[in-house]
Amino acid sequence: MKCRKCPARAVLRLPRHNTAFCPVCLTDFVRTQVQKAITSQHMFSTNDRILVAVSGGKDSLTLWEILLKLGYRADALYVDQGIGTYSQGSREKVEQFTEQIAVPCGATLTIHNVEEEEGASIPDLANMVRRPTCSTCGTIKRYQFNRAAIQGGYDVMATGHNLDDEAARLLGNVLHWQEEYLQKQSPTLPASMDGFAKKVKPLYRLTEREIAAYAVVNRIDYMVEECPMSKGAKMLVYKDVLNRLEAESPGTKHTFYWQFLAKQEKAQAAHGSMTDTDQRTLQPCTTCSQPTSTGICSYCKMVARAKTPAQ
Amino acid sequence: MMKSSMKIHLSHPTKEIEIKGPKHVRDLFTELHLIPEAYLVIRGQDLVTEDELLADTDIIEIRPVISGGSERTS
Repeated sequence: MKCRKCPARAVLRLPRHNTAFCPVCLTDFVRTQVQKAITSQHMFSTNDRILVAVSGGKDSLTLWEILLKLGYRADALYVDQGIGTYSQGSREKVEQFTEQIAVPCGATLTIHNVEEEEGASIPDLANMVRRPTCSTCGTIKRYQFNRAAIQGGYDVMATGHNLDDEAARLLGNVLHWQEEYLQKQSPTLPASMDGFAKKVKPLYRLTEREIAAYAVVNRIDYMVEECPMSKGAKMLVYKDVLNRLEAESPGTKHTFYWQFLAKQEKAQAAHGSMTDTDQRTLQPCTTCSQPTSTGICSYCKMVARAKTPAQ
Repeated sequence: MMKSSMKIHLSHPTKEIEIKGPKHVRDLFTELHLIPEAYLVIRGQDLVTEDELLADTDIIEIRPVISGGSERTS
């Protein structure tokens, strides 16, 4: 199979775009999609300081690499979850990437260790508060990334969420009619009030397969192994279902999420923005001052419960 | 003399299998009941498309691209 843009041999077929690319044209395609996302969703400019949330996986390392190649000022934060050899391996990938690619571009990496900060790893915290590990991990990472972005004086926080992530999350929210979560599914979430960093998802125009292919052809050494805690996670089931639909009808994920964004934009114009909702419903946590809908935020409650001796 | 087969590395869970070639990538997906949208096929260090013919001497990795728990950082 030939590349559709040049005479070279193709390495990836993209059925949703009815095309195929060689390594050079694939790299150009992926970087162009990221730049389009940044510009069209008003994510940030070359003057802004960006904090990238990295995990050692393909999405976050690819995002960091592309932002640096496009000339953005992007540092990164890695949160060590304390999940045995998986966390050790992830951390090694992040540190290796930092040394080989980020440092030569003038970027820095900060590492937070949950066990050192809170006295227990994420799986232990989840056990103590009797919540699923993925949900505990999400609460901790969201909190720590937001806090690091605010304290570090960053203009924006970027995550590696891709089209598959957003389509799967949308499917889950729609299946359970969790309408309150739909408002938070935009590629750009504003710093709606004091204590919240602006959050962006520059990979939302790209599928996981396109991102993984970019990582392979650009020799980005990422953690292929999946988190052992994610076994049986609902997100993986939703992604599998969407990929089966995609195989039958290329472009399904793209249409599902993008049509949602178009409808959401109209709805916000008619019913008010997320900023209006946040300012109406949130107030500072009485313990840490981060915005919350209750008196004490879920992070502080979780840490307090974990530090309370068992009865 | 033993006949050789292509060596295939799979992840999630990690395992090594051998399959007799020559075989097109798309036929490999069918034989292993895999959805192409969820995987990349890497021969040596290079990505290959579904129409590529794989030989018995090839070392192949079928790499899953799907990741994520209920909440993701990346």
